[in-house]
Amino acid sequence: MKKCIVTVLGKDTVGIIAKVCTYLADNCINILDISQTIVQGYFNMMMIVDVSGLSKEYKVMCDEMEKLGEEIGVKIHCQREEIFEMMHRL
Amino acid sequence: MINMYEVSETNKMIEHENLDVRTITLGISLLDCIDSDLNELNRKIYEKITTVAKNLVSTGQDIEKEFGIPIVNKRISITPVSLIGGSACRTPEDFVEIAKTLDKAAKAVGVNFIGGYSALVSKGMTPAEENLIRSVPQALAVTERVCSSVNVGSTKTGINMDAVRLCGEIVKATAEATAENDSLGCAKLVVFCNAPDDNPFMAGAFLGVTEADTVINVGVSGPGVVKKALEKVRGKGFEELCETIKKTAFKVTRVGQLVAGEASKRLGIPFGIVDLSLAPTPAVGDSVAEILEEIGLERVGAPGTTAALAMLNDQVKKGGVMASSYVGGLSGAFIPVSEDQGMIDAVHAGSLTLEKLEAMTCVCSVGLDMIAIPGRTSAATISGIIADEMAIGMVNQKTTAVRLIPVIGKDVGEMAEFGGLLGYAPVMPVNQFGCEAFINRKGRIPAPIHSFKN
Repeated sequence: MKKCIVTVLGKDTVGIIAKVCTYLADNCINILDISQTIVQGYFNMMMIVDVSGLSKEYKVMCDEMEKLGEEIGVKIHCQREEIFEMMHRL
Repeated sequence: MINMYEVSETNKMIEHENLDVRTITLGISLLDCIDSDLNELNRKIYEKITTVAKNLVSTGQDIEKEFGIPIVNKRISITPVSLIGGSACRTPEDFVEIAKTLDKAAKAVGVNFIGGYSALVSKGMTPAEENLIRSVPQALAVTERVCSSVNVGSTKTGINMDAVRLCGEIVKATAEATAENDSLGCAKLVVFCNAPDDNPFMAGAFLGVTEADTVINVGVSGPGVVKKALEKVRGKGFEELCETIKKTAFKVTRVGQLVAGEASKRLGIPFGIVDLSLAPTPAVGDSVAEILEEIGLERVGAPGTTAALAMLNDQVKKGGVMASSYVGGLSGAFIPVSEDQGMIDAVHAGSLTLEKLEAMTCVCSVGLDMIAIPGRTSAATISGIIADEMAIGMVNQKTTAVRLIPVIGKDVGEMAEFGGLLGYAPVMPVNQFGCEAFINRKGRIPAPIHSFKN
């Protein structure tokens, strides 16, 4: 399993989760965990996803997700899980 | 599993607190390039560097993208050129040809600096080493990315005062050779005592002869992260203060360890060390001075500065050591003036002097770094400042360095502009009394005694 953290930040609007999840499903990316909150009208979501079924290059997916974020009007980041594991787990 | 709080903490550090990996430095040994024919030597050097480092920059960029962590610099350190060129170079001008080759190779692979135009002369100088040192002003004037260093002393050997005297003249000549750019050449020249073989930070990086053929060394940063963390413990005791610094240093260093491991794996080059340094930049919120002020100083340079810095430096090491499998390089807090907005402000406010900076170097990594002094300062005075700093390193068994910029045509209070990461600095006053008779003495200062520590 190759895990990756997707964070979505921005002004809340209709269909953010739907659009992000559609992209993930279209690219065979399995969602393992989602947490999501709205703080003062700002949408804040973190997903842990499994990208081992991804057919395209990881970098390409990062760029496409970023572009999708721009279309929706939110910021989407994809980062390999290791950076968080290294920092927060012994 | 990782939770939302942890993810947002890491990303906040990256986005708002300037957390980054300051440099991936690829060390390349050039010992196998040695040749008695200068053209052949240059050809071999160019070929080795451009072959070994061809994927360095793109690999760094891939890691940045995948992990979402900026890697500010990708650099190269090489075997000291005085050793490589010793057989082929008969004159300082011959060495300049090697500098040009290094510059060309650096540009070809896309690194912003290549370090190792160096000579290690802590006890004595060979003719080749003297030629290299004498070539430095011209080499730094005709190249853009080459960095130079000279190790003039060590705890084991004492201080080579002949080299110190020569370095004073060379710093001055380098300033004059690059006078039209505010003597920028001097920003690429470091004089060391106890120089480490595995330092990834410029301008002092070189790959010592004790090292493998190729090696990946990584320098971390993160003054902004420490500053933000300390804002939460304002008014608390030293125990909490120190714990906070340690925990933050641990987290910052873990990122460096991750990047170093990934770079090593992808390039197929062994991992050397992580350098645990708080390396500031001129950006607001990326300053070591601001950390010291957060600890409780009105301005850096105020009484208490040395103690606060000693504590900060020690806690950074304690936190960082456990986060990395191998720690090395300079490891500590850097206190460059021109590269740290808080330091620049303190000089403007009249709080920070050259003498206080010298005291601060006794307890933190490196030394008198990126300090602009009047262009009319004599070579002997520059040598005197170098000798003082070398003595601190020699006696305290630590690395110290001097990177002074005598800004030709400028005087106290005027500004010198170096651009980019090198920043800008107000020209600082230097003690007006002379030391010619001391500096003109020939020979070396003997190694200090290692007992009767007082």
